[in-house]
Parts: sequence; C-alpha cells; structure tokens
Amino acid sequence: MEHIRLPKVDNVRLLDRISPRRSRVGTLYLTATHTIFVENEAGVRNETWVLHSLVCSLEKQAATASGCSLLIHCKNFQVLNFVIPRERECHDVHLSLQRLSQPERPDELYCFSYKPNIDAEERRQEWDFLDLRADYRRMGLPNSLWKLSSVNQHYKVSDTYPADLFVPESATPPVIVGSSKFRSRGRFPTLSYYSKENHATICRSSQPLSGFSARCLEDEQMLEAILRSNPRSDFMYVVDTRPKLNAIANRAAGKGYENEDNYSNIKFQFIGIENIHVMRNSQQKMMEVCELRSPSMSDFLEGLETSGWLKHIKAVLDAGIFIAKAVAEEGVSVLVHCSDGWDRTAQVCSVACVLLDPHYRTLRGLMVLIEKDWISFGHKFSHRCNHLQGDPKEVSPVIDQFLECVWQLMEQFPCAFEFNARFLITIHSHIYSCQYGNFIGNNQRERTELGLRGKTHSLWSYLWMNRADYINPLYRPDHSQTQGLLRPSTAPYCFKFWRALYNRFDRGMHPRQSVEDYLSAIQEETQQLEEQLASHKQKIAQLEQKQEWSVPQKAVPFDKSPTGWTFCNDLANTPQDYTGGFFTSSPCQPRAPITFQNEESNKTSESILSNGSDQESGIADVSCRSPLSEDSTRDPDSDEAAYSAS
Amino acid sequence: MEFAELIKTPRVDGVVLHRPFMPTVEGTLCLTGHHLILSSRQDNTEELWLLHSNIDSIEKRFVGSLGTIIVKCKDLRVIQLDIPGMEECLNIANSIEALSTLDILSLMYPFFYRPMFEVIEDGWKSFLPLDAFKDLETMTDEWRLSEVNKDFSVCPSYPPLVAVPKDIDDDTLRKVASFRHGGRFPVLSYYHKKNGMVMMRSGQPLTGTNGRRCKEDEKLINATLRPGKRGYIIDTRTINVAQQAKARGGGIESEANYPQWRRIHKAVERSNVLQESLIKLVEACNDQSHSMDRWLSKLEASNWQTHVKEILTTACLAAQCIDREGASVLVHGTEGADSTLQVTSLAQIILDPACRTIRGFQSLVEREWLQAGHPFQQRCAQSAYSNSKPRQEAPVFLLFLDCVWQILRQFPCSFEFSESFLVLVFEHSYASQFGTFLGNSTAERAKLSLPEKTVSLWSWVNRPQELERLTNPLYEANSLVIWPSVAPQSLLLWEGVFLRWNRSSKCLDEAYEEMVHIIEYNKELQNKVNSLRRQLAQLETEDPLLQTP
Repeated sequence: MEHIRLPKVDNVRLLDRISPRRSRVGTLYLTATHTIFVENEAGVRNETWVLHSLVCSLEKQAATASGCSLLIHCKNFQVLNFVIPRERECHDVHLSLQRLSQPERPDELYCFSYKPNIDAEERRQEWDFLDLRADYRRMGLPNSLWKLSSVNQHYKVSDTYPADLFVPESATPPVIVGSSKFRSRGRFPTLSYYSKENHATICRSSQPLSGFSARCLEDEQMLEAILRSNPRSDFMYVVDTRPKLNAIANRAAGKGYENEDNYSNIKFQFIGIENIHVMRNSQQKMMEVCELRSPSMSDFLEGLETSGWLKHIKAVLDAGIFIAKAVAEEGVSVLVHCSDGWDRTAQVCSVACVLLDPHYRTLRGLMVLIEKDWISFGHKFSHRCNHLQGDPKEVSPVIDQFLECVWQLMEQFPCAFEFNARFLITIHSHIYSCQYGNFIGNNQRERTELGLRGKTHSLWSYLWMNRADYINPLYRPDHSQTQGLLRPSTAPYCFKFWRALYNRFDRGMHPRQSVEDYLSAIQEETQQLEEQLASHKQKIAQLEQKQEWSVPQKAVPFDKSPTGWTFCNDLANTPQDYTGGFFTSSPCQPRAPITFQNEESNKTSESILSNGSDQESGIADVSCRSPLSEDSTRDPDSDEAAYSAS
Repeated sequence: MEFAELIKTPRVDGVVLHRPFMPTVEGTLCLTGHHLILSSRQDNTEELWLLHSNIDSIEKRFVGSLGTIIVKCKDLRVIQLDIPGMEECLNIANSIEALSTLDILSLMYPFFYRPMFEVIEDGWKSFLPLDAFKDLETMTDEWRLSEVNKDFSVCPSYPPLVAVPKDIDDDTLRKVASFRHGGRFPVLSYYHKKNGMVMMRSGQPLTGTNGRRCKEDEKLINATLRPGKRGYIIDTRTINVAQQAKARGGGIESEANYPQWRRIHKAVERSNVLQESLIKLVEACNDQSHSMDRWLSKLEASNWQTHVKEILTTACLAAQCIDREGASVLVHGTEGADSTLQVTSLAQIILDPACRTIRGFQSLVEREWLQAGHPFQQRCAQSAYSNSKPRQEAPVFLLFLDCVWQILRQFPCSFEFSESFLVLVFEHSYASQFGTFLGNSTAERAKLSLPEKTVSLWSWVNRPQELERLTNPLYEANSLVIWPSVAPQSLLLWEGVFLRWNRSSKCLDEAYEEMVHIIEYNKELQNKVNSLRRQLAQLETEDPLLQTP
C-alpha cells in the first residue's frame, strides 16, 4: 500500500487504440494488485482490470491541453492509453505503477497475496495434480537401461537442475560428477524423453567447457553411456542449437562444443537458433508492427518480415523436427544443448516431444511437458519474464516461441490436439501474471526455498478444473492425426501470424463467429441428447413392460438451433472505421470492454466481450455536417489515413 | 476449321503424368479438339481430363529423346508429362499451344458439351432481370424497368432491361448515356430494404477538360435522393487518376453541378496492375526456397493482399454510407465494369443476407457481374502463368471472390455456401464446359445464342447432389449486416486457391470432415430423440395407469 501515491483519479479517459476518437471516460483506481478503470456511463458498469504484474512498460507523455497521457504496455500484449486530466496526477499514477509493477522482493509477487477460497488440503492436492515421476513411468522408466539418479539431491551437482534425474544405467556417480564439471553450470547430459518403442532418447545438457582443445574423459564416458543405452543404434546425434559462429565464439571463453574426434560415434550438428537477445528484439519489433494504428498491408508484411519473428519460429520448429525424426524414424538418440541448456534446449526438446508423443498433445500432457522441460529443468522464468525488477537483458520470449510452435502445429493438424488455442493463450497469460506459483523463480531449488507449494496455488489444477473451456471439439483420441509422429510442413507459407495472441485485445480484428465455439456448443447439446435418448429408451422399455412405478416426465424440447449457443451477432454489427475519419459525426460505437484480467477473469472477459455493442446505433445525420471541399475527402486530422490514402 | 488440322499426333503411349499430391501414372495420352486426356487403361485409376482452355502456358524440355512438357493451368495447377520420342513431344506441345489459345468463341467447348446429368432447372432462366425487378416492386414503387437498351444501342455492355428511377424517361436515359463512359448511365444496383436507400453504378461522367455538364445526368441521380438528403459518390479512383481522366474525355462529378452529392475517392487498382500482382503472388507461392524472409518479401511485393484490403475497405465504406449514414450511393470508376462491380457486389454481401445464400450468390454474380457487363472473356483469357503479354487480362473477379472468402472466414456461420463453392466459381470463370462465363456482355451472349447452345453453370450447380457438396454445414441464417475487419492482421492469404497445389490439404480436409460429422451426429440424435419422444407420448396416452393420476 505504501507504493500507492494516489488511489483514485476521476475524469480519466481511456483511449481506443485503433480509433482514439472512441474514448471512454471514467475513474481510475489503483489497488495493491490491480489498476481498475471504471467507466462512468449510466447503467453500465464497465470495468477494465489490469494486473500490476502484467505491466511491462509505462510511458508518460508530455502534457497537452486535454491532459497527460499514460501509455501502458502489458506482457499479455494489451495496450492501454489513459489520459489523466492533471499532469501531477499522471505523475503520481506513473510513479506508483512503476513501483507496483516491478516488485523488488519475491514476497511482493501477486501469487503470495492471491487467496482463492481453498483450504490447505486442497492446496496440497493442487500441487500434487501433476507428478513428473508418473510421466517418466508412462515413458517406461526406470528400466534396465535408465535409472533414477539421486546424484543431484539437494542440488549439489547442478543447482539449476531438478533433484530427480534419469541417467544411463551404466553412468556411475563419478562419471556424472566428472561430466558435470565439464559442462556450463554443471548441467550434465541427462534424459528428457525416452521412446518406449525403440529405446531412442532425447537427452539435454549445457555446452561442454571444451575451449579450443580441452577434453574430459568422464564427459566422453557419459555420452558413450547414453549411446549404449540405445542398444539398436551405433551412433548418436549431438545437436548444438546455436548458430555455428556463436558456438565458435564461445570457445574463446573456455566453452564451446563437442569435437567429433574425441567422442566415439557421435554425429555433431549445428542448428542455428538465435540467442535470447535476438529473440527479444525480434518480438519487440513485431509488437511495434502489431500496434501500428492503421497499417497498410505493406507496412504490416514488411514489418513482420523485418522483425524476423516467423523465421525464428521456423528455426525452432525445424530443430524440433530434426530431433523427432532422428528418434522416431532413425531410432537414434540425440543429445541437445545450447549454451546453458535452459532456453533453446528447452524449446527444441519440448517441440520434439510434442511432435513425437501424442500424450503431449493432450491437455494434461502439455502441462506435464511444460512442467518437465521448462519448469523442472530450470528455464529461468523469473528472469525471462521479468517477474522481479531485474536485468532487462535477461528478458526474452523463449516460452512464447514454444507456445507459438505448438499453435503453428495446431493450425496444420486441427484434429491432433486435445486443447484449443485459448488454452495456450491462458497459459501464456499466467506465465507472466505471477498469479500462480508455478512459474515463480528460476529453478527448482529457488522454488523450494520460496516454499511456493505451501504459500501459493498451482495453475495446472485451475486449468484442469476449467478444462471444458479448453477442449478442441475436433479432437478424437482415435483420429489418425492424433496418432504417432507429426510431420509438419515447414515451407515458409505454412507459418502464420498468431493474431489471437499478439492482437488479442483488438477484438475487432478477430473473426466474429467462432467455428470452434459453435462446435463445442453442438457437442454439449449432443451429450444432452445422448442422455435424453437413453432415458427415453429406458422409459419406453418400462412403459412397455407396464411397470406401475413408471413416472412420466416432461422432456425438454430442443429447438433447431443448439442450446447454449448464441451468435456474437451483436459484435458482427459494428462497422470499423473504413472511412479515414470521414463520418466525423458518427457516434462512437461503444467498443467492447478491453479486458478484465483478474483471477476469475478469463471466462468473464470473453462473455463481456461478446455482447459489446448494440446493433442499431451509429446512424448519423449526414445533413447536419459541413461538407468537405472537393478534393480533400479526408478528415485532415484523421488517424486512419491508411484507409483513404491512395 | 477442323481441329484435326491442329493435331498432328493424336495419341502417344508410355506417357508418364506427374501431378501434385498424386502418384505418377503411366498411360496413353490422347489429344482431342478440347481435351488433353491421359488414360492408364486400368480400372479405378484416375485419369486426366484437362480442358485445353484451362491451359495457361506450357514449357518443353528434352533429355535425350525423352521430352517433358510442363503444363501450367489457369486454375494454378502445374502438371508434368514425360513423353517418349522427341517428335511426338514436339507435336503434342505444338497442338496444345494452338488448341489452348484458340480465341474463336464459337469453337469453345461449351458449344460442344452435352450434359451427362439431368437439368432440373435451366440456369440461363434462373436469374432474369424481370424476376429481380418483381422482388424490387414488392419493396418500392420508385423504380421502373426500362427497355431503352433493348437492342443494346444505348449501352452495348448493359442488358436489355435495367432499373431506373420511375420519373426518368427513356429520352433522358439516352442523353445521360451519352454523358457516361461506355454509355453506362446510372442504374440501380441494390435497394436497401431497411431504410430505402439505394446503390447505383455507372461509368465515369464525360466532363472532359472544359467541364461539360449534363442536366439530365444530374436529374437522374438526384431523383434517387429523398428531400433534403445527400448522397455519396464513391469514385474508385484516386483524385489524381480521376483528374487525369479529364484529359481523355472522362472526369468527375463537380461539386458545383452536384451539390447534393459528396464525392469520396478510393484507390482500387485495375487491369495490368492486378494481373502483374497475380503473377507475382503465384510466383511467390511456387517459390521452392525455404527462406521466410524471401516468402514474406515476395508476398508483400506482389501487393495482392493490398488490393484485397483496398477493395474490401471501399465496399465497406459504400455499405456504411447506405446502412449507417442512411444515404444513397453512386459507385463508379472509369468504365464502371471492373472495380465498380467489385465494390457494389461486395457491399451487397455485407448488407444483404440473401446474397450469402448459394442461390443468392449466383443471382449476385448474374446481376452484378454477367449482366452488368464485366468483360469475362477479356479478363479471364489468361491467368498467372501466361507468357504472352497481357492485353486486357486482369483477375478482377478472382479478387472479388478472394474478398468474399475473407468475409466468409470472419463470419464462418453466416454463409450458406462453403469455400469450395467460391473455388468452383473461380475455376469456371477461367475455363469451363459451361457457357456462363463466355463473352463480355449480355449482347455478346445473345449474339452467340449461349442460352440456347450451351449449358449454364447454374444448371449443374443447382442439383441436390452438387448443392450438398457446396453447402456450409455451419450455416445459420443471419439477417444482420456483417461488418468485416480490414486490418492487415485480419486478412489472410487464400490458401484454398493459391496454395492449393503446393501444400497437402489432407489434415485440413480431415478436420472439415470431422466438423461435418459432429454436426450430422447431432442432427441424427435430435431426430432419434424426437421420434422416441413421440413414441413415449403415445405410450403414455395408451397406458391406463398413467391416465388416472
């Protein structure tokens, strides 16, 4: 509370990003956890909630006659532009939000103050919902080839690795420890995925400290052990996911990559995925394009190309495909690393898992996969997502890229995934929101020290309880797309811009009718029909047997359109500004409220959004407007120049 | 002329056919006057039946005595024929080239085609102007059907019957025709039942450099305005292009002479620019490179998506003037037969739910494209692969279909037809066994006696088995105006046309089938439940125990 300099400001305007003329006036409240904008329109209570932890950047612009503008960029790609009447107030709000959105200590994080009505026992169950050991058991581990090693108990060998790790049966503690000393941050080669069918594995590590010529017998033995754990194969791949030049540069710092001459029977391969800094800049550039007010097609496509974002997504997917094919088609084990083995390595291993194993394409499977390859293996969520005030150079959208790879696959294989895109977007949002304890800290050791299991809640059980919202209606466990290895095309035109994530809050850009929601409603109705059918059959059987206790019951009649399904037709009836601000007297269409981002929000916001505007407003009287001159058919101060420009 | 003269080698054995996503087939290649046929002479094997008129260009290659002909089609498919024997290959190639570029209309396949199906309803008679006018009469009596153009002398590209304001007589129309490009005087395109506003279309006014004026023209379009109301003129050209047109006798409606009208200029590209755009887009889609940068920059440089955005934006603007501003609209560009029609027809898709049905869409294509005189013969003579210099070719109609697809993607439940219907119409507009898209105007079609001598595409489409295939299973009639988004993020590449032969659609087709299955299973259950409910009700009334509570 001490950070809130000003809890309430009246007469604040919230500008519409696409057409600033459509602004809303209301009161801005700052609470300990949220910024809340309440619109002062009689009759409607329109609220916009923004979680402080989702605030990514704040920009206070110079004061003008109409007030002082504060631009808020959020980590879930929401952009809010407030105009606050007095500069002093804007200054106070700015400073307060700056502090509130950048907690300095972990205990200031939202997850520690988020208290849903759940008792201690339920909380324990929440955290027990996912069990990584169960996933390894599902893979068939431990077995005669791979064992659970206790070498990293208390995080003594590698403080960024989990305590439980699978290593080859033949790998002795001295070999493991020796190998770990030859690897960055002690991250020795260990198992990420095991294929029951052919014993091929995906292993992961950090780069070797090879410099220009250093060798390590134990590391060589470790790779040998991994190779021998795949009895049917006489070689293994070592995949360095970095561009070759970066890897070579690392040699000067005493790091580097495996020399094929020193390791027996390895095939070494570079896959050029760029580093976290390139990815951060790339996303930033793409977001600048997404936020252009009314870009032309060329602005957009050029910007998308220049950002390089889709190129990077393609690189990650290409790498995943290489590994998945090695495992599934060649039956060859793969060791994957980058520099530290917690960014690109996590991406590539998890993408390969999604391609390889249908289980990871289910709701529960994707959660387990994120828990395994990202959370347990020490992807530095705290740093990469900027949860705490820290080094901006550590921030990078590495997990965003993984989620997007999954989305790109869903676009190519619409029946292969049990979950829908909303599931990915919700996970994305909560990775950044700090509402749940799952993504707090940088590794397992930190999370244990923070006591997250006892003090915070788990996202996974929340998602599971609400799974009805995240089911893909086209998924069938017995569908051919659901089986086996996915073989996506990586031709450039197969990669699409993910509008639903990056322009998530620009509702006007999205399809006004959702096929998926329509099908889900139909499936729900089908389920009810099946129940009715069964009960009717039973009653008929009973009546036919003339059993006296049979009780007649009125069936609920179904009309032709599926129940529970309503078209978002009200949304359908809002024209965009096609005119370049030509119809200046058009009343502003009440735009759908932008968001509602708090704990219960995901559902609420969707339902608010779908009944945003009325259908008959917007007919303006043309005659009362002064005509424009012959040649200037554009409103000179139009913000929508692109619509009317030649 | 005998086709035989053009066919030196009518038959070659041992020809190998390569097609996208299909196994290669070896068989006998036959050339007929209208088709390229490959038969493997085995049962159950798919054969190639390709209309010569679908062939856009061919390439020949020789390795030793094995010749290869790459056949590039107007529907953007590329197939390869390996032909043993250099002479045979050359003969075949020469024949294909000659037969595919024949431009004598009366020799086209539709004149030779005999339907193998029963014609339930003659498509040539399905959408007559008289019927459309009867519908109009039920809504308003402010319009009349004029026969001023019955012998095509007033406007060669108009149909014999056009709807004009009731108070405007035929003499006035003749005078107006002389003031509008191509004689295309303003006619009714669409009547908005909700508020009685109208959309008209015409050619540009022939004001020339000295600002010629035509009182009758002013009278005609003012007759469509309610007292004290203003209208909008949507000129599909930029102000600069429109001004330059004055030097060639064209021009714009000046504010002084048309004080009740406000002019809005938009930039919808036409002719050569669009043809080049199509060629570049298709080249980008066929680029084998795996570079993302190259793909995106080629896609951008093709400008195709830019054109889609411009056309849609202009159509939305016209619809907005009518529905939201409550104003009548006149749309024109230069001739009023290309960009004008894109705008007027798309505006109707947005405004009028009837146009989003299968039959309504056919009617729209008939009214706003065929009868409105879009020169299909000229525009669709060549597609993206042609090597010859484009003359009057332009994918104006394909762009319209692309825009419809964009709206369909945004409102997937509001159209009775599915994407495959749009693809079908695209294919037939470039090459067809049906006569629908032959000729450039109603006058030409009448002269060729197309309705008597050829079969209409609609005769084939409007049969239950075809309709079923083209129906959108998600359709639920939506009586509202649908406003699409024109943001670049919302506009997608039409993969069903442009990537159709480049990427396998197997998984997407499976998803479509799954969707159909979900919906059909639901319907089946509904029927079952209803019949059981009836059975139950009957049993209950028969049951004496239950009748006495």
